[in-house]
Amino acid sequence: MKPAPFDYLAPTTIEETLDVLAEHGDEAKVLAGGQSLVPMLNFRLARPAVLVDINHVAGLDGIEVAADSLTLGAAVRQRALETRLPGQLPRPSAWGLLPEAVGYVGHQQIRARGTLGGSLAHADPAAELPAAVTALGATLCLRSADGQREVGPDEFFEGFFTTCLAPEELLVAIRVPAWPAGTGTSFLEVSRRRGDFAQVAVAAAITVADGRITRAGIALAGVAGGTVHARELEDGLVGQAPAAGTFAELAADYAATLDPPPDVHGPAEYRRALAAHLLERALTEATGRSSAAAA
Amino acid sequence: MTVPPTTAPTEPTSAPGTTGRGSEQTMHVEDRPAVATPAAEKSIRVTVNGTVHERTVSVRRSLVEFLREDLGLTGTHVGCEHGVCGACTVLMDGEPIRACLMFAVQADGAEFTTVEGLAEGDRLHPIQQAFWDHHGLQCGFCTPGILLTTYDFLRDNRGADEAEIREAVSGNLCRCTGYQGIVRSVQAADETWER
Repeated sequence: MKPAPFDYLAPTTIEETLDVLAEHGDEAKVLAGGQSLVPMLNFRLARPAVLVDINHVAGLDGIEVAADSLTLGAAVRQRALETRLPGQLPRPSAWGLLPEAVGYVGHQQIRARGTLGGSLAHADPAAELPAAVTALGATLCLRSADGQREVGPDEFFEGFFTTCLAPEELLVAIRVPAWPAGTGTSFLEVSRRRGDFAQVAVAAAITVADGRITRAGIALAGVAGGTVHARELEDGLVGQAPAAGTFAELAADYAATLDPPPDVHGPAEYRRALAAHLLERALTEATGRSSAAAA
Repeated sequence: MTVPPTTAPTEPTSAPGTTGRGSEQTMHVEDRPAVATPAAEKSIRVTVNGTVHERTVSVRRSLVEFLREDLGLTGTHVGCEHGVCGACTVLMDGEPIRACLMFAVQADGAEFTTVEGLAEGDRLHPIQQAFWDHHGLQCGFCTPGILLTTYDFLRDNRGADEAEIREAVSGNLCRCTGYQGIVRSVQAADETWER
């Protein structure tokens, strides 16, 4: 057996889970799909005293599509985002960014167990789903035995594998707002092999009305110690007419501000070049889809 | 392969030292204390290749260790033990998963197909036969996982092209074949497997 010894709890209700987390605090670790946590346990990088398995908790795997928001339970499997969600979405819909992004997460065997909330709470800087929910401006619903709070991605993701979740808190749901008509999305990624974490990934949602960009949500993975919300680029895009030259210039200018960590796959400059290229393509693809959406 | 029967036969004998699902373990929701007591061991009941098994397992026993060491089903291989190589791929409730990234205790109530469940007696499953015929394996270490991934893929897809097949097996690392023989084998099984 590879992991260090731990005790195991499998609560069946959210309330019971919160009580358990309140009692065990940072001695406890929540086990959802286990696709990141179990490797960390096997490497003994994580040695929690108590594992709290939330796979049997009722009410964490719902998919609710309403006119103004899409609400996803934190334990919705990544595979469900890929197979069950698309058929439930209105067309066109900015929410389509989620199934698009999730196709890049690991492999099918990983997505079969991995969950949306697990990926968000793990906060890998190269992970796809944190970038997608950041671009879409989602709200994360956190609960503890003492109450609940809702935070945006900028507050939730604090950096390298770090979130604002307190030890006694549980991420229970993710609420994604509807975007206006005329919104198009794009998710693009470069990785060394199929299923690897992103060297660079770009998530974009862009609304075009009367020939001008009225709203933009853009986030990147793999270019820093955490998920990057490209606010300056969003600001630069709003008010512009979609045009290839504009996109190339804004993408290059923004990528030049990034300071990605060098690694075995290449120096920082390589990732900056990837980011500029992927941003330009994503802006072109998203606005192309938004004109299709508006038509 | 035939789909495992829904009413599965219980295995004839329990291994020494194991207990059935004891009454103290089968606690109903309403019986639970407000904060449950953490456990280091737990009784589970799983169906593997149509046979029901009941065992008490350490909660940190991985599913793949459980299959190999507790049930003696050594066809499922252990490679990297962190979800990268795919050697331990089995079907859980019909879907391919990594058996190294689950604890056996989490498998309670689930139904599994391992490579031992593919052949019928001495007759290889058409996917296995295709891998034999088209040199889809050399050392064979990755093969059980690839066979189950292929089973799931071909069950849901017919006439896939080479790119689709390569993507389908991308979660299973093979260091011998260079995948040429694997792709050919999957293509052949696509034609020979009546489904």
